[in-house]
Parts: sequence; structure tokens; C-alpha cells
Amino acid sequence: MTDLLQQRFGSEIQAAFARYPAGREKSAALPLLYLAQAAYGHLSTEAIEEVAQLIGSDSTHVRGLAGFYSLFLEQPHGGFVVQYCNDLPCALRGSEDFLPVLEEKLGCKAGATSADGLFTLECVMCLAACDRAPMAQINLDYVYDLNPESLDLLVTELRAKAASDPERRAPFGFGPPSEMK
Amino acid sequence: MPQLNLVLRHRDIPGLHELAVYQTNGGYAQLRRAVTELTPEAVIDIVKASGLRGRGGAGFPTGLKWSFVPKGPGQKYIVVNNDESEPGTFKDHEIMLRNPHQLIEGAAIAAYAVGASAVYIYSRGEFWKSAQSFDRAIAEARAAGLLGQRLFGTDYNLEVYTSLGAGAYICGEETALLSSLQGDLGQPRLKPPFPAVAGLYARPTVVNNTETLANVPLILERGADWYKGIGTEKSPGTKVCCVSGHVERPGNYEIPLGTPFKELLAMAGGVWKGRRLKAMMPAGASSPATPGEQCMDLLLDWESMAAAGSTLGSASFIIMDETTDMVWVAMKTSQFFKHESCGKCSPCREGTFWLTKVYGRLNAGSGTSEDVALVGEIIEQIRDKCFCPLGEFALSAPRSTMAKFPEDYRRAVGTVENGAQQDG
Repeated sequence: MTDLLQQRFGSEIQAAFARYPAGREKSAALPLLYLAQAAYGHLSTEAIEEVAQLIGSDSTHVRGLAGFYSLFLEQPHGGFVVQYCNDLPCALRGSEDFLPVLEEKLGCKAGATSADGLFTLECVMCLAACDRAPMAQINLDYVYDLNPESLDLLVTELRAKAASDPERRAPFGFGPPSEMK
Repeated sequence: MPQLNLVLRHRDIPGLHELAVYQTNGGYAQLRRAVTELTPEAVIDIVKASGLRGRGGAGFPTGLKWSFVPKGPGQKYIVVNNDESEPGTFKDHEIMLRNPHQLIEGAAIAAYAVGASAVYIYSRGEFWKSAQSFDRAIAEARAAGLLGQRLFGTDYNLEVYTSLGAGAYICGEETALLSSLQGDLGQPRLKPPFPAVAGLYARPTVVNNTETLANVPLILERGADWYKGIGTEKSPGTKVCCVSGHVERPGNYEIPLGTPFKELLAMAGGVWKGRRLKAMMPAGASSPATPGEQCMDLLLDWESMAAAGSTLGSASFIIMDETTDMVWVAMKTSQFFKHESCGKCSPCREGTFWLTKVYGRLNAGSGTSEDVALVGEIIEQIRDKCFCPLGEFALSAPRSTMAKFPEDYRRAVGTVENGAQQDG
């Protein structure tokens, strides 16, 4: 059993538990899974086991949660996870047409990770920002009003950010403020 | 009729998200008044008299919902449904982010009315950043003595918490939401028991939409009669309409209920590029596609939309111009519902899977008229057989596009069948 989550986010874990009544630690499952994702990089077996132990549940249950909710990543992924909305309202404003442009700039197809390990691209369902469609979220940060020009600019910025960061990985999920961009 | 910003008051009052500005504009005075001067029953009576109906989609009378909570001691909860996952819907996020205190105050008044001592605001996980600023608003209100223990010198205690989902449309269904809040899979359960009797942690719980609760402080401040003077007799008040797709100015527009659709469309700048309106879906991907020529005179309130065979739902208008292929639209919504089916019941899980397969063929030009008939058969196998409304929602676009846009289906199968005739 590892305790990377406990070591890294001890006070955040306690703050998550404090939101729910005593004896209802299982309610903190989702908040802890976000933290575990930030601590371990993805929801590996070790990450799942630590969350299960913290909330007093079993790893089968926690693995089930990780598979059910689309913001939890069970496999290793690129430093930037680009979740590109290709649902009806975005598609009406060109998201399907712009997808090949994005795939070319990132160097990977939807559902894959680029060879340099920088990007994972996923097509996702509506993210509730259709007034700024097409849009996407990158490691859970929204970007709006996408078109071939803005996508080009965006990918260039992400590459520059990666070059200046030794870990070449922005945090996915939310830790303490210092963890956030 | 012009726009009327009640829950979107922040658009008229700069800085309303700040506690001081909110209080300068009457903020939290109604919570104080409720807790110190009114009985819970009196608060419920005012909301009942206002005619306020749920803004999440169903339009159920809010005061009546509150009155179902059993009286007497014991833990009760208010849960705010801020999951906002219907494609084309983006109103609750604006309220949460730009007018947080009006939502907090509305939820707190609801809590007092039903005797709850805790409020959970359940937001979709993608709103995590807004939830952090919302947490700051809660902390500010608490530090100012507007939430917390022994409120306004009374015995009433109230805490408000945010809680985040993690990407699951089904969590907008109230029993699935409660299950998710308890750390389980977001899957619906049978009702009864209704949440008012056995909700969060099996305690009496009211689940209300964000926009619904944001109406409550103004109803208390200005009175039920004032509120009933806005909108229609059966649908009082305003509605935030989300307009997306092929319009010049996509966005949220708050209008008095009963406003004609053509006025809403004009507010959004009309159909983009000077094109003609082919169709609109009035309540996101789960609502029927209505041909453009039937839309313009529709009145946007629950009773008029129901009488027209449609729904107002959450008022999320997806606008489609004359270039839109309605077979493609049905394919897109089928893909959405397949992805979001929670998998609990097989008609929905398997049916949405097969819909995407058949629509994939039709959209690719490799479908036949047998495939169109097959869509009809799959619809019958899902219809009325599912555990929760998601299965029915998945059928709205296929059924309505087949009924109202048969020419698009004829075109979709034309490639294969005309080719086959030539070969024969």
C-alpha cells in the first residue's frame, strides 16, 4: 500500500471529509479521486487502493467509480489532456470540421496520445459552454471560440508551456492553489 | 417583450458577485427576514402563491415540492442540482459564477422553509474552478454571520457546501445525483420513495435546480403578486433561455415566460449568415426537433409548449439553419445518449448502442430504407421500457426528425438505393 495521496494532499483530504457528515466518508470518494489523479498522474491500482482505504470502501467499488465518471483517467496520458467537445451545439459551429486541424497540430488522433507524450486528445460530450462554441477543456481548463487559427495559437502556447516545465505536465485535477495554473 | 434580468441581475448590477454589493442591493435581507420573522410555513406559502415552477426542466411547482417534506425534527437536506449537462444548456454556470449570493440566499431560504440544516450544491466536475470561487462566496457569507450556527441570534443552524461530480449526464436525474453525492455510481433508482421522504442518506431531501432557487430571494422581497404579474398565469416569472447553434449571438437571454420564440431568436441576432431557420430543439438534445415554420409563433411557457406537442424543459434552444441534415442531428444526439447511458437498464444501454450503429450507416450514405425501418423498431423497444427518463430523451430526435423531416431520410438512403436500381 502506497500513501502518495496522503503525503501530498493530507490537508485537502481532511477538508474533503469535513464537507460530509461523520460516518459518511464514502461521500468524499469523488473529491479524493480528483486528488489521487493529481498525486499519481492517473488512477493506477495503487491510487485506487489508497482512495478505497481512506474512504473505508473496497477497491472494486472505487474502480467502478473511476470507470463510470468521464473525468477520471485510468490509463497513463499525455501531459496535456485535450478534451474537445464534438457534441451537437459545438458541431453546428464547426467542431467536426476543425478536428482534423487539431489532430494534425497535436500529432495524434482523437482517443490517442502523441508520440512525444505531450498530448492526449479525447472527443467529449457537451461541457455546458455552447455560447462560446466550439470549445474544449485542457486539463480541466476551458478554452473557447475555437477555429483553425485559434487552435494553432493554442497548441503553440501549450508546446511553449511544456518546454518551460521540466515535468512537461500540467496538473490534472485540483490540488492546492500552488498546483493550479 | 424585452429581456428582464432577475436571476441574471448581475448583468445590470456590476460587482453583484461581491458580498458587499449584493447586500447593498437587498441581499440576505430576505434570509434574515425569513429566519427571524416568518415561520417556515409562511415562507412555503409565499413561494406557493408566487406560482414558481422548477427551472430544471420538469416545471414542477416549487412551493408544493417543499411542502412534501415531513414536519418535525431530524436531519433534512436541500440539494441544489447544478449538474447542467443537457447539450445546449449553460445558464446555471452563469448564475453560479456571476450571481453566487443570490443562489446561496435562495438555497438558504429553501433550507429554512423545510427545516434543513445543510445545503449541498452539486455541480458537474467541469465547473471545479467556478466551484472554488463559489466556495469563497460561501466562506464570505459565513464570516459575515449570514450562514453558520445560531443564525441571526436564533436557534437555526445552516451550513452550505459545494460538491463536485466527475462527468456523467445522468447525475442530473435527482436520484442518480443523490447516489453520486453519497459516493456511489450515479445511477437512478425507482421512485417512490421520493427524495422528500428518503433522499440524501435516506433523510428527507429537496432537490431544486440552481435557477429555481435564484428566483426565491426576489419573490420574498417583492411579493408573490409581483412575481405573478410577470409571465403567464400558469408559468409566472422569467426563464433564462440558452440559445446555441446557428445564431449570430449565442448566449443566455432571460425573458418573461410566454414570450414568442421569434422575439427570443431576434435577441440572439437571428439565424446566422442570413440563412433560413430549418429547425430548433427547445430543450437541448433531449427535446423534439421542430420545423422552422412551426417555431416562430410558439409561446415560450410550459403550457403553450406542451399544447404544441413540444416541451419548454430547461429552455435550451439549439438553432439549426437550412444547411443542417437532420439525419446527422439524430446521429449526434444518439451518440450523446449512448455515451451517457448509465448502463443500469438494458433497453437504454443496448437501444442507444444500436441507434448509433444504424444512424452511423445512414449518415455515411451506406444505409437503406430497411435501416430507417430498423430505427423505428429500436424506438419501440426503448419507448416506455426504461428505468429513468434518459431512455425516452434518446428517442426525441430520432422520432421527431423521422416524422417532420422525411425528405432528409429519403436523401440519406438515396445513395445506396438509386445505385442498386441502376445495377439491377
